[in-house]
Amino acid sequence: MIITEQKPMEEVQEMIAPYDKLFIVGCGTCSTSCQTGGEDEVKEMTEKLGDRVVGWAMVEDPCDLRLDRRDLKAYKEQIADSDAILVMACGAGVQTVGEYSKKIVLPALNTLFIGETERLGKFHDMCKACGDCILDETGGICPLTRCAKGLLNGPCGGQVKGKCEVGDYENECAWVQIYDRLKEQDRLDLFTVFRPPRDFSKKTLKMHHYF
Amino acid sequence: MVKMADKRPAYSQLVKDIRAGKFVLTGELEPEKVTCLEEILVSARAMKPYVVAANVTDNPLAYAYMNSLVPSWLVQKEVGLETVYQMTVRDRNRLALTSDILAASYLGIKNILAISGDHTVLGDNKGAVSVYDLDSAQFVYMLHKMIDEGVDVAGNEIHGNVDINVGIAANPNADPLMPEVLKVGRKTKIGADFIQTQTMFDIDKTKEFLKEAEKYKCPTLIGVFPLKSYGIADFFDRFIPGVSVPTELLTSMKKAKKEPDKEKRKQLYDEVNLEFFRPFIKEIHKTTSAAGIHVMAVMYERIFEPLLEAL
Repeated sequence: MIITEQKPMEEVQEMIAPYDKLFIVGCGTCSTSCQTGGEDEVKEMTEKLGDRVVGWAMVEDPCDLRLDRRDLKAYKEQIADSDAILVMACGAGVQTVGEYSKKIVLPALNTLFIGETERLGKFHDMCKACGDCILDETGGICPLTRCAKGLLNGPCGGQVKGKCEVGDYENECAWVQIYDRLKEQDRLDLFTVFRPPRDFSKKTLKMHHYF
Repeated sequence: MVKMADKRPAYSQLVKDIRAGKFVLTGELEPEKVTCLEEILVSARAMKPYVVAANVTDNPLAYAYMNSLVPSWLVQKEVGLETVYQMTVRDRNRLALTSDILAASYLGIKNILAISGDHTVLGDNKGAVSVYDLDSAQFVYMLHKMIDEGVDVAGNEIHGNVDINVGIAANPNADPLMPEVLKVGRKTKIGADFIQTQTMFDIDKTKEFLKEAEKYKCPTLIGVFPLKSYGIADFFDRFIPGVSVPTELLTSMKKAKKEPDKEKRKQLYDEVNLEFFRPFIKEIHKTTSAAGIHVMAVMYERIFEPLLEAL
Protein backbone atom coordinates (compact mmCIF):
# COMPACT_ATOMS: atom_id res chain seq x y z
CA MET A 1 0.00 0.00 0.00
CA ILE A 2 1.04 3.61 -0.58
CA ILE A 3 1.48 5.16 2.85
CA THR A 4 0.62 8.84 3.25
CA GLU A 5 0.44 11.36 6.06
CA GLN A 6 -1.58 14.56 6.25
CA LYS A 7 0.34 17.76 5.77
CA PRO A 8 0.18 20.09 8.78
CA MET A 9 -2.96 22.26 8.56
CA GLU A 10 -0.90 25.49 8.50
CA GLU A 11 0.87 24.23 5.39
CA VAL A 12 -2.46 23.35 3.76
CA GLN A 13 -3.84 26.82 4.64
CA GLU A 14 -0.81 28.49 3.10
CA MET A 15 -1.11 26.37 -0.05
CA ILE A 16 -4.80 27.11 -0.58
CA ALA A 17 -4.55 30.81 0.33
CA PRO A 18 -4.62 32.10 -3.28
CA TYR A 19 -7.81 30.16 -4.11
CA ASP A 20 -11.33 31.11 -3.07
CA LYS A 21 -13.23 28.08 -4.34
CA LEU A 22 -11.95 24.57 -3.69
CA PHE A 23 -13.13 21.12 -4.66
CA ILE A 24 -11.86 18.23 -2.53
CA VAL A 25 -11.12 14.71 -3.78
CA GLY A 26 -10.60 11.79 -1.41
CA CYS A 27 -9.11 8.36 -2.04
CA GLY A 28 -11.15 5.22 -1.42
CA THR A 29 -8.18 2.89 -1.33
CA CYS A 30 -4.76 3.55 0.26
CA SER A 31 -5.52 6.93 1.87
CA THR A 32 -8.73 5.49 3.33
CA SER A 33 -6.69 2.69 4.93
CA CYS A 34 -4.12 5.21 6.16
CA GLN A 35 -6.94 7.38 7.54
CA THR A 36 -5.43 10.35 5.75
CA GLY A 37 -7.78 10.85 2.79
CA GLY A 38 -10.82 8.64 3.35
CA GLU A 39 -14.37 9.89 3.53
CA ASP A 40 -14.08 10.80 7.22
CA GLU A 41 -10.97 12.89 6.62
CA VAL A 42 -12.46 14.56 3.54
CA LYS A 43 -15.54 15.58 5.57
CA GLU A 44 -13.29 16.85 8.34
CA MET A 45 -11.31 18.92 5.85
CA THR A 46 -14.54 20.26 4.34
CA GLU A 47 -15.66 21.45 7.77
CA LYS A 48 -12.31 23.08 8.49
CA LEU A 49 -12.31 24.98 5.20
CA GLY A 50 -16.00 25.99 5.41
CA ASP A 51 -17.57 28.05 2.63
CA ARG A 52 -14.57 27.89 0.37
CA VAL A 53 -15.41 24.28 -0.45
CA VAL A 54 -17.73 24.13 -3.45
CA GLY A 55 -17.98 20.35 -3.34
CA TRP A 56 -16.21 17.08 -2.60
CA ALA A 57 -16.08 13.55 -3.92
CA MET A 58 -14.57 10.18 -3.17
CA VAL A 59 -12.79 8.37 -6.00
CA GLU A 60 -12.27 4.66 -5.52
CA ASP A 61 -8.68 4.97 -6.79
CA PRO A 62 -7.71 8.55 -7.76
CA CYS A 63 -4.48 7.21 -9.30
CA ASP A 64 -6.59 5.36 -11.90
CA LEU A 65 -7.59 7.73 -14.71
CA ARG A 66 -10.59 5.54 -15.58
CA LEU A 67 -11.92 5.75 -12.04
CA ASP A 68 -11.44 9.53 -11.93
CA ARG A 69 -13.55 9.74 -15.08
CA ARG A 70 -16.18 7.45 -13.61
CA ASP A 71 -16.37 8.83 -10.07
CA LEU A 72 -15.95 12.54 -10.84
CA LYS A 73 -18.35 12.65 -13.81
CA ALA A 74 -21.29 13.70 -11.62
CA TYR A 75 -19.25 16.63 -10.20
CA LYS A 76 -18.16 18.17 -13.50
CA GLU A 77 -19.91 21.50 -12.88
CA GLN A 78 -18.63 21.92 -9.34
CA ILE A 79 -15.12 21.08 -10.47
CA ALA A 80 -15.37 23.55 -13.35
CA ASP A 81 -16.57 26.19 -10.91
CA SER A 82 -13.62 25.66 -8.51
CA ASP A 83 -10.28 27.50 -8.60
CA ALA A 84 -8.32 24.43 -7.51
CA ILE A 85 -8.74 20.83 -6.39
CA LEU A 86 -7.34 19.76 -3.04
CA VAL A 87 -6.51 16.07 -3.45
CA MET A 88 -6.28 13.89 -0.37
CA ALA A 89 -4.34 11.07 -2.04
CA CYS A 90 -0.79 10.05 -2.81
CA GLY A 91 1.34 11.89 -5.37
CA ALA A 92 0.17 9.58 -8.14
CA GLY A 93 -3.45 10.35 -7.24
CA VAL A 94 -2.85 14.10 -7.21
CA GLN A 95 -1.22 14.00 -10.65
CA THR A 96 -3.86 11.74 -12.18
CA VAL A 97 -6.67 13.98 -10.92
CA GLY A 98 -4.77 16.92 -12.45
CA GLU A 99 -4.46 15.12 -15.76
CA TYR A 100 -8.17 14.25 -15.75
CA SER A 101 -9.42 17.70 -14.72
CA LYS A 102 -6.70 20.01 -16.11
CA LYS A 103 -7.34 22.09 -12.97
CA ILE A 104 -4.78 23.36 -10.47
CA VAL A 105 -4.24 20.44 -8.07
CA LEU A 106 -2.98 20.81 -4.51
CA PRO A 107 -1.62 17.91 -2.43
CA ALA A 108 -3.16 17.65 1.04
CA LEU A 109 -0.93 14.69 1.91
CA ASN A 110 2.73 13.79 1.87
CA THR A 111 3.48 10.45 0.22
CA LEU A 112 5.87 8.46 2.37
CA PHE A 113 6.49 4.98 1.02
CA ILE A 114 5.18 1.66 -0.22
CA GLY A 115 4.68 -0.11 3.02
CA GLU A 116 3.39 -2.84 5.22
CA THR A 117 0.38 -2.20 7.45
CA GLU A 118 0.85 -3.82 10.82
CA ARG A 119 -2.35 -2.33 12.15
CA LEU A 120 -4.25 0.93 11.67
CA GLY A 121 -1.80 3.75 12.15
CA LYS A 122 1.27 1.51 12.27
CA PHE A 123 3.11 1.21 8.96
CA HIS A 124 6.57 0.07 7.91
CA ASP A 125 8.66 1.30 4.98
CA MET A 126 9.21 -1.74 2.76
CA CYS A 127 9.69 -0.93 -0.89
CA LYS A 128 11.34 1.77 -2.99
CA ALA A 129 9.90 0.49 -6.27
CA CYS A 130 13.46 0.20 -7.57
CA GLY A 131 12.48 -1.85 -10.59
CA ASP A 132 14.94 -4.68 -9.96
CA CYS A 133 13.76 -6.86 -7.10
CA ILE A 134 16.30 -9.04 -5.30
CA LEU A 135 14.15 -10.18 -2.36
CA ASP A 136 14.83 -13.81 -3.33
CA GLU A 137 18.49 -13.28 -2.40
CA THR A 138 17.99 -11.27 0.76
CA GLY A 139 15.66 -13.38 2.84
CA GLY A 140 12.59 -11.37 1.83
CA ILE A 141 14.00 -8.19 3.42
CA CYS A 142 14.77 -5.25 1.13
CA PRO A 143 18.18 -3.69 1.84
CA LEU A 144 17.63 -0.93 -0.69
CA THR A 145 14.71 0.32 1.40
CA ARG A 146 15.41 -0.83 4.91
CA CYS A 147 19.14 -0.05 5.03
CA ALA A 148 19.50 3.73 5.44
CA LYS A 149 22.34 3.69 2.93
CA GLY A 150 20.66 1.24 0.56
CA LEU A 151 23.74 -0.98 0.64
CA LEU A 152 23.62 -4.20 -1.39
CA ASN A 153 26.59 -6.09 0.01
CA GLY A 154 26.25 -6.35 3.76
CA PRO A 155 26.21 -4.03 6.75
CA CYS A 156 28.30 -0.89 7.21
CA GLY A 157 30.22 -0.06 10.37
CA GLY A 158 27.28 1.88 11.76
CA GLN A 159 25.31 -0.98 13.31
CA VAL A 160 25.32 -1.49 17.05
CA LYS A 161 23.60 -4.53 18.51
CA GLY A 162 21.65 -4.87 15.28
CA LYS A 163 20.46 -1.25 15.31
CA CYS A 164 21.29 1.44 12.76
CA GLU A 165 23.35 4.59 13.37
CA VAL A 166 20.68 6.51 11.47
CA GLY A 167 17.70 7.38 13.66
CA ASP A 168 19.31 7.11 17.10
CA TYR A 169 19.60 3.33 16.97
CA GLU A 170 15.81 2.85 16.86
CA ASN A 171 15.69 1.22 13.44
CA GLU A 172 16.95 -2.29 12.86
CA CYS A 173 20.03 -2.83 10.70
CA ALA A 174 18.52 -4.45 7.60
CA TRP A 175 21.68 -6.42 6.94
CA VAL A 176 21.68 -7.96 10.40
CA GLN A 177 18.02 -8.87 9.84
CA ILE A 178 18.93 -10.38 6.47
CA TYR A 179 21.77 -12.32 8.08
CA ASP A 180 19.48 -13.67 10.80
CA ARG A 181 16.72 -14.61 8.35
CA LEU A 182 19.08 -16.35 5.92
CA LYS A 183 20.71 -18.19 8.81
CA GLU A 184 17.30 -19.39 10.03
CA GLN A 185 16.53 -20.57 6.52
CA ASP A 186 19.94 -22.25 6.18
CA ARG A 187 20.72 -20.08 3.14
CA LEU A 188 23.73 -18.10 4.44
CA ASP A 189 25.56 -18.72 1.17
CA LEU A 190 23.32 -16.00 -0.27
CA PHE A 191 24.68 -13.50 2.25
CA THR A 192 28.11 -13.63 0.68
CA VAL A 193 26.95 -13.22 -2.93
CA PHE A 194 28.55 -10.13 -4.46
CA ARG A 195 26.00 -7.83 -6.03
CA PRO A 196 27.63 -5.58 -8.66
CA PRO A 197 26.67 -1.93 -9.09
CA ARG A 198 23.03 -1.42 -10.01
CA ASP A 199 21.99 -0.26 -13.46
CA PHE A 200 20.06 2.89 -12.64
CA SER A 201 19.51 3.63 -16.33
CA LYS A 202 16.88 0.89 -16.50
CA LYS A 203 14.47 2.93 -14.42
CA THR A 204 15.51 6.40 -15.58
CA LEU A 205 15.01 5.67 -19.26
CA LYS A 206 11.50 4.31 -18.99
CA MET A 207 8.69 6.34 -17.47
CA HIS A 208 5.76 4.83 -19.39
CA HIS A 209 5.09 1.13 -19.24
CA TYR A 210 2.82 -0.78 -21.60
CA PHE A 211 2.23 -4.41 -20.80
CA MET B 1 30.18 -14.19 -10.09
CA VAL B 2 32.86 -11.54 -10.59
CA LYS B 3 36.44 -12.39 -11.26
CA MET B 4 38.30 -11.93 -8.01
CA ALA B 5 41.49 -9.92 -8.01
CA ASP B 6 44.71 -11.86 -8.11
CA LYS B 7 47.27 -10.58 -5.69
CA ARG B 8 48.22 -7.27 -7.22
CA PRO B 9 51.72 -5.77 -7.04
CA ALA B 10 52.74 -3.72 -4.01
CA TYR B 11 52.61 -0.20 -5.39
CA SER B 12 52.87 1.57 -2.05
CA GLN B 13 55.55 1.51 0.60
CA LEU B 14 52.85 0.58 3.09
CA VAL B 15 51.98 -2.61 1.22
CA LYS B 16 55.66 -3.31 0.46
CA ASP B 17 56.43 -3.15 4.18
CA ILE B 18 53.44 -5.32 5.05
CA ARG B 19 54.49 -7.95 2.51
CA ALA B 20 58.07 -7.78 3.79
CA GLY B 21 56.71 -8.86 7.15
CA LYS B 22 57.30 -5.60 8.99
CA PHE B 23 54.92 -4.60 11.78
CA VAL B 24 53.62 -1.40 10.17
CA LEU B 25 52.33 1.80 11.72
CA THR B 26 50.06 4.32 10.04
CA GLY B 27 48.85 7.68 11.29
CA GLU B 28 45.91 9.88 10.55
CA LEU B 29 45.45 13.44 9.31
CA GLU B 30 42.13 15.22 9.34
CA PRO B 31 41.70 18.27 7.12
CA GLU B 32 38.78 20.25 8.53
CA LYS B 33 36.66 23.18 7.36
CA VAL B 34 39.75 25.15 6.37
CA THR B 35 41.37 26.82 3.41
CA CYS B 36 44.92 26.41 4.73
CA LEU B 37 46.89 23.19 5.16
CA GLU B 38 49.75 24.41 7.35
CA GLU B 39 48.45 22.52 10.42
CA ILE B 40 48.19 19.30 8.40
CA LEU B 41 51.78 19.69 7.23
CA VAL B 42 52.95 20.32 10.81
CA SER B 43 51.16 17.17 11.98
CA ALA B 44 52.49 15.15 9.05
CA ARG B 45 56.06 16.23 9.81
CA ALA B 46 55.59 15.35 13.47
CA MET B 47 54.39 11.82 12.78
CA LYS B 48 56.70 11.06 9.86
CA PRO B 49 59.48 9.45 11.95
CA TYR B 50 57.04 6.91 13.37
CA VAL B 51 54.72 5.85 10.55
CA VAL B 52 55.08 4.45 7.04
CA ALA B 53 51.97 6.28 5.84
CA ALA B 54 49.22 8.58 7.03
CA ASN B 55 45.53 8.33 6.23
CA VAL B 56 43.82 11.51 5.16
CA THR B 57 40.19 11.47 6.20
CA ASP B 58 37.29 12.18 3.84
CA ASN B 59 34.55 14.23 5.49
CA PRO B 60 34.59 12.13 8.69
CA LEU B 61 31.26 11.80 10.49
CA ALA B 62 29.74 13.43 7.40
CA TYR B 63 31.13 16.86 8.28
CA ALA B 64 31.81 18.90 5.15
CA TYR B 65 35.55 19.52 5.18
CA MET B 66 38.27 20.15 2.62
CA ASN B 67 38.49 17.23 0.19
CA SER B 68 41.09 14.66 1.10
CA LEU B 69 42.86 14.39 -2.25
CA VAL B 70 44.66 17.73 -2.15
CA PRO B 71 46.14 17.21 1.34
CA SER B 72 46.96 13.58 0.43
CA TRP B 73 49.03 14.89 -2.47
CA LEU B 74 50.51 17.86 -0.61
CA VAL B 75 51.72 15.76 2.33
CA GLN B 76 53.52 13.39 -0.04
CA LYS B 77 55.05 16.29 -1.95
CA GLU B 78 56.02 18.59 0.92
CA VAL B 79 56.71 16.15 3.73
CA GLY B 80 57.69 13.01 1.83
CA LEU B 81 55.25 10.97 3.87
CA GLU B 82 53.15 8.47 1.93
CA THR B 83 49.41 8.91 2.31
CA VAL B 84 46.36 6.69 2.34
CA TYR B 85 43.72 8.65 0.47
CA GLN B 86 40.42 7.90 2.19
CA MET B 87 37.41 7.87 -0.09
CA THR B 88 33.82 7.43 1.00
CA VAL B 89 31.03 6.43 -1.37
CA ARG B 90 28.62 8.69 0.50
CA ASP B 91 29.33 11.90 -1.40
CA ARG B 92 30.09 10.78 -4.97
CA ASN B 93 28.50 8.67 -7.66
CA ARG B 94 30.58 6.30 -9.78
CA LEU B 95 31.51 9.07 -12.23
CA ALA B 96 32.92 11.32 -9.52
CA LEU B 97 34.70 8.39 -7.86
CA THR B 98 36.30 7.43 -11.18
CA SER B 99 37.41 11.02 -11.77
CA ASP B 100 39.00 11.26 -8.36
CA ILE B 101 40.79 7.93 -8.70
CA LEU B 102 42.24 9.03 -12.05
CA ALA B 103 43.30 12.34 -10.52
CA ALA B 104 44.82 10.51 -7.54
CA SER B 105 46.83 8.36 -9.95
CA TYR B 106 48.16 11.44 -11.67
CA LEU B 107 49.13 12.94 -8.31
CA GLY B 108 51.07 9.83 -7.30
CA ILE B 109 48.71 8.53 -4.61
CA LYS B 110 49.56 4.90 -3.86
CA ASN B 111 46.88 3.88 -1.34
CA ILE B 112 43.13 4.35 -1.25
CA LEU B 113 40.99 3.36 1.71
CA ALA B 114 37.57 2.50 0.28
CA ILE B 115 34.85 3.15 2.83
CA SER B 116 31.08 3.70 3.11
CA GLY B 117 31.26 6.85 5.22
CA ASP B 118 28.91 7.83 8.01
CA HIS B 119 25.41 8.74 6.92
CA THR B 120 24.78 12.42 6.17
CA VAL B 121 22.20 12.73 8.95
CA LEU B 122 25.06 12.34 11.45
CA GLY B 123 26.97 15.26 9.99
CA ASP B 124 26.87 19.04 9.81
CA ASN B 125 24.80 19.20 6.60
CA LYS B 126 22.04 16.87 7.67
CA GLY B 127 19.75 17.69 4.75
CA ALA B 128 22.26 16.49 2.15
CA VAL B 129 21.50 13.40 0.09
CA SER B 130 23.60 10.32 0.87
CA VAL B 131 24.66 9.17 -2.59
CA TYR B 132 25.61 5.50 -2.19
CA ASP B 133 25.47 4.92 -5.93
CA LEU B 134 27.99 2.21 -5.03
CA ASP B 135 28.47 0.54 -1.67
CA SER B 136 31.95 -0.07 -0.29
CA ALA B 137 32.16 -3.60 -1.75
CA GLN B 138 31.16 -2.32 -5.18
CA PHE B 139 33.72 0.46 -4.77
CA VAL B 140 36.43 -2.13 -4.13
CA TYR B 141 35.18 -3.88 -7.29
CA MET B 142 35.47 -0.59 -9.19
CA LEU B 143 39.03 -0.12 -7.95
CA HIS B 144 39.83 -3.70 -8.94
CA LYS B 145 38.58 -3.03 -12.49
CA MET B 146 40.56 0.21 -12.74
CA ILE B 147 43.79 -1.08 -11.21
CA ASP B 148 43.93 -4.67 -12.40
CA GLU B 149 42.03 -4.54 -15.69
CA GLY B 150 42.60 -0.98 -16.88
CA VAL B 151 38.92 -0.21 -17.36
CA ASP B 152 36.33 1.80 -15.45
CA VAL B 153 33.46 0.04 -13.72
CA ALA B 154 31.40 0.17 -16.95
CA GLY B 155 34.24 -1.46 -18.87
CA ASN B 156 35.51 1.64 -20.72
CA GLU B 157 39.25 1.65 -21.33
CA ILE B 158 41.52 3.85 -19.21
CA HIS B 159 44.52 5.39 -20.96
CA GLY B 160 47.35 4.89 -18.48
CA ASN B 161 47.85 2.83 -15.36
CA VAL B 162 46.21 3.10 -11.98
CA ASP B 163 48.95 1.86 -9.65
CA ILE B 164 47.21 1.97 -6.31
CA ASN B 165 46.78 -0.44 -3.41
CA VAL B 166 43.38 -0.80 -1.84
CA GLY B 167 42.52 -0.76 1.83
CA ILE B 168 39.17 -1.49 3.40
CA ALA B 169 37.72 -0.73 6.80
CA ALA B 170 36.37 -3.21 9.31
CA ASN B 171 34.60 -2.80 12.61
CA PRO B 172 35.62 -5.53 15.08
CA ASN B 173 33.30 -3.85 17.62
CA ALA B 174 30.31 -4.91 15.50
CA ASP B 175 27.72 -6.81 17.47
CA PRO B 176 26.72 -9.21 15.97
CA LEU B 177 30.16 -9.76 14.47
CA MET B 178 29.56 -12.37 11.76
CA PRO B 179 27.70 -10.18 9.24
CA GLU B 180 30.69 -7.81 9.45
CA VAL B 181 33.22 -10.61 9.08
CA LEU B 182 31.44 -12.00 6.03
CA LYS B 183 31.33 -8.53 4.49
CA VAL B 184 35.06 -8.11 5.08
CA GLY B 185 35.57 -11.51 3.45
CA ARG B 186 33.66 -10.49 0.37
CA LYS B 187 35.70 -7.30 -0.02
CA THR B 188 39.03 -9.06 0.45
CA LYS B 189 38.08 -11.58 -2.24
CA ILE B 190 37.22 -8.79 -4.67
CA GLY B 191 40.55 -7.08 -4.18
CA ALA B 192 41.65 -5.54 -0.90
CA ASP B 193 45.34 -5.35 -0.04
CA PHE B 194 44.94 -4.42 3.61
CA ILE B 195 42.39 -3.76 6.32
CA GLN B 196 42.37 -0.88 8.79
CA THR B 197 39.96 -1.36 11.66
CA GLN B 198 37.75 0.99 13.58
CA THR B 199 39.16 2.20 16.88
CA MET B 200 39.61 -0.64 19.34
CA PHE B 201 39.75 -0.50 23.12
CA ASP B 202 38.87 -4.12 23.80
CA ILE B 203 41.64 -6.67 23.33
CA ASP B 204 39.27 -9.65 23.38
CA LYS B 205 37.09 -8.24 20.61
CA THR B 206 40.22 -7.42 18.64
CA LYS B 207 41.48 -10.97 18.95
CA GLU B 208 38.08 -12.47 18.15
CA PHE B 209 37.87 -10.45 14.94
CA LEU B 210 41.41 -11.33 13.90
CA LYS B 211 40.65 -15.00 14.48
CA GLU B 212 37.41 -14.90 12.47
CA ALA B 213 38.95 -12.90 9.62
CA GLU B 214 42.18 -14.91 9.50
CA LYS B 215 40.83 -17.16 6.74
CA TYR B 216 40.74 -14.22 4.33
CA LYS B 217 44.51 -13.74 4.70
CA CYS B 218 44.27 -9.97 4.39
CA PRO B 219 46.82 -8.02 6.46
CA THR B 220 45.03 -6.14 9.21
CA LEU B 221 46.06 -2.95 10.98
CA ILE B 222 44.28 -2.47 14.28
CA GLY B 223 42.95 1.02 14.90
CA VAL B 224 43.80 2.79 18.16
CA PHE B 225 42.76 6.27 19.09
CA PRO B 226 44.80 7.90 21.87
CA LEU B 227 42.53 10.38 23.61
CA LYS B 228 44.02 13.85 23.67
CA SER B 229 41.52 15.21 26.19
CA TYR B 230 38.49 14.22 28.22
CA GLY B 231 36.29 16.19 25.80
CA ILE B 232 37.48 14.05 22.89
CA ALA B 233 37.06 10.86 24.90
CA ASP B 234 33.52 11.82 25.84
CA PHE B 235 32.62 12.83 22.27
CA PHE B 236 34.04 9.58 20.97
CA ASP B 237 32.12 7.55 23.47
CA ARG B 238 28.85 9.25 22.70
CA PHE B 239 28.92 9.92 18.98
CA ILE B 240 31.13 7.46 17.11
CA PRO B 241 28.92 4.61 15.91
CA GLY B 242 29.82 1.30 17.47
CA VAL B 243 32.61 2.63 19.68
CA SER B 244 32.47 2.87 23.43
CA VAL B 245 35.38 4.05 25.56
CA PRO B 246 35.94 1.77 28.57
CA THR B 247 34.55 3.26 31.76
CA GLU B 248 37.84 3.09 33.65
CA LEU B 249 39.61 4.97 30.85
CA LEU B 250 36.88 7.63 30.75
CA THR B 251 37.07 7.98 34.54
CA SER B 252 40.86 8.43 34.48
CA MET B 253 40.53 11.01 31.73
CA LYS B 254 37.87 12.85 33.72
CA LYS B 255 40.13 12.87 36.73
CA ALA B 256 43.00 14.28 34.67
CA LYS B 257 40.73 17.01 33.36
CA LYS B 258 40.42 18.42 36.87
CA GLU B 259 44.10 19.39 36.97
CA PRO B 260 44.07 23.21 36.59
CA ASP B 261 47.63 23.61 35.31
CA LYS B 262 47.59 23.14 31.54
CA GLU B 263 51.03 21.56 31.24
CA LYS B 264 50.44 19.19 34.14
CA ARG B 265 47.05 18.30 32.69
CA LYS B 266 48.64 17.42 29.35
CA GLN B 267 51.13 15.27 31.18
CA LEU B 268 48.35 13.49 33.06
CA TYR B 269 46.40 12.85 29.87
CA ASP B 270 49.56 11.39 28.32
CA GLU B 271 50.11 9.15 31.34
CA VAL B 272 46.54 7.83 31.19
CA ASN B 273 46.87 7.10 27.49
CA LEU B 274 50.24 5.43 27.82
CA GLU B 275 49.05 3.30 30.69
CA PHE B 276 46.15 2.04 28.62
CA PHE B 277 47.49 1.88 25.07
CA ARG B 278 51.09 0.77 25.58
CA PRO B 279 50.18 -2.70 26.87
CA PHE B 280 47.29 -2.83 24.40
CA ILE B 281 49.56 -2.24 21.42
CA LYS B 282 52.23 -4.50 22.83
CA GLU B 283 49.78 -7.34 23.24
CA ILE B 284 48.52 -6.93 19.68
CA HIS B 285 52.09 -6.96 18.41
CA LYS B 286 53.26 -9.92 20.45
CA THR B 287 50.23 -12.19 20.52
CA THR B 288 48.17 -11.65 17.37
CA SER B 289 48.47 -11.96 13.62
CA ALA B 290 47.82 -8.22 13.13
CA ALA B 291 50.04 -6.60 10.47
CA GLY B 292 50.32 -3.36 12.37
CA ILE B 293 48.60 -0.50 14.14
CA HIS B 294 46.70 2.40 12.70
CA VAL B 295 47.30 5.19 15.22
CA MET B 296 44.57 7.81 14.99
CA ALA B 297 46.35 10.38 17.13
CA VAL B 298 44.87 13.34 15.30
CA MET B 299 46.55 16.58 16.48
CA TYR B 300 48.17 14.54 19.24
CA GLU B 301 51.45 13.67 17.59
CA ARG B 302 53.49 14.08 20.78
CA ILE B 303 52.11 10.73 21.94
CA PHE B 304 53.73 8.78 19.09
CA GLU B 305 57.21 8.50 20.57
CA PRO B 306 56.36 7.34 24.09
CA LEU B 307 53.48 5.21 22.82
CA LEU B 308 55.49 3.29 20.30
CA GLU B 309 58.76 2.87 22.15
CA ALA B 310 57.50 -0.40 23.60
CA LEU B 311 57.45 -2.01 20.17
